[in-house]
Amino acid sequence: MNQSLSLSSLLPLELEQVSFSHRGQTLLHAIDLRLGPRGKTIVMGPNGAGKSLLMRLCHGLLQPTSGTIRWAGKPQASRQEIRRRQAMVFQRPIMLRRSVLANVCYALAVHGVSWRQRNALAMQALEHMGLAALAQRPARVLSGGEQQRLALARAWALRPDILFLDEPTSALDPAATKAVEDAIEEFHRAGTRIVMSTHDLGQARRLADEVVFMCGGRLLEQTPAERFFEAPASLEAAAFVRGELIW
Amino acid sequence: MYDNSPWAAFELIARMDPALISIVALSLKVSLSAVAIATLIGLPIGAAVALWRFPGRSLLIVILNAFMGLPPVVVGLAVYLLLSRAGPLGKYGLLFTPTAMIIAQFVLVLPIIAALARQVIEDLWQEYREQLGSLGVTRRRAIPTLLWDARFSLLTVVLAGFGRASAEVGAVLIVGGNIDGITRVMTTAIALETNKGNLALAMGLGVILLSLVALINAAAYLISETSRRRLG
Repeated sequence: MNQSLSLSSLLPLELEQVSFSHRGQTLLHAIDLRLGPRGKTIVMGPNGAGKSLLMRLCHGLLQPTSGTIRWAGKPQASRQEIRRRQAMVFQRPIMLRRSVLANVCYALAVHGVSWRQRNALAMQALEHMGLAALAQRPARVLSGGEQQRLALARAWALRPDILFLDEPTSALDPAATKAVEDAIEEFHRAGTRIVMSTHDLGQARRLADEVVFMCGGRLLEQTPAERFFEAPASLEAAAFVRGELIW
Repeated sequence: MYDNSPWAAFELIARMDPALISIVALSLKVSLSAVAIATLIGLPIGAAVALWRFPGRSLLIVILNAFMGLPPVVVGLAVYLLLSRAGPLGKYGLLFTPTAMIIAQFVLVLPIIAALARQVIEDLWQEYREQLGSLGVTRRRAIPTLLWDARFSLLTVVLAGFGRASAEVGAVLIVGGNIDGITRVMTTAIALETNKGNLALAMGLGVILLSLVALINAAAYLISETSRRRLG
């Protein structure tokens, strides 16, 4: 294991000329992106802009067709080690057919936490997300909002350096959305780098330190949040912020 | 000798006739052993084929699917040749023993369990793939996870295998020889009584076999349904 990598942060994350093609179709065009060590980056853009794809490439679920992805200035050397220091929360949470507690314990087991410590760490994470009372319930009978909070608890237990969230609240009601946003702020306070996609403008305004705007598989701008909502640089982003249809 | 009335088989049951009890016990022993071994080997095979891409994978899937319909007499014949004195495994002297019957039923059941498990695991893998990948789960590590999480569907798969094993007569007849007290099971006994013209007795034995199979299926269904409802 790379000692310097395991002690220092994974960040910054740098993408250089990253493209992704599938079945002869280029879905992401030469993306250059640098994510610094702190803050909350919101990835915005219309459907099909490539937001989810970009996050899956960063997270390592997909490999770029060309270009390089570098963590802390190093090309992806020990993928296993890098993977273990990230977490991702998906639009539709996938829960194992086990209890709430066992779902968190499973993630800890995969990350090599000894079984003596798992239960305590998992319970801590559940308490953090307000799920302690549901610990013994089967995970798949929880409501959508509870399942998403469980996904966040699972991520919390792993203490990631960086957390990717792919439209985590798009299927949730306002109360559940609020709970997820509060949880994201908790991660932020604990020093976890946040990268989240959404097409809810209000949510982006509430959370963003920085906005990455994508359209048609291209990264059009990466701007501090205030400037993005006041005076976006690209025409497409300006139209998007005004709520107009763009494609 | 059995008398030829429709209730003869049930009278034998009521009297706990030792010959009948040993036939029933042997039937269960042979079929359950074959299914247990086929489950231990077939589930990991099904999961591995579901998760890995390798050359010849499609061919293997077609073969597994086709072998679900293997004719029992053909399997019986193949195992017979394998185990007969002149065959490659002849020196073990297994022909006409319950072990030979277990081997034959194992060969019949394995493709059923492996092929159906492959489908179940592949569907679940589609669902879990991104999440497990995100957690850093390797494919090898994913196999026990997927087998455990698919346990209710896989129970049905195993029952399908058990149904096949308990119903077949061709394979156990050829490799077992239907020897009274040694290799006689329910299905071979039914075939024998039918040949002798003891139709009512054969029918009675058939009803007993059916009841046993139904009982095992009902127990498995109850267990899986209650835990499924509990786990969602």
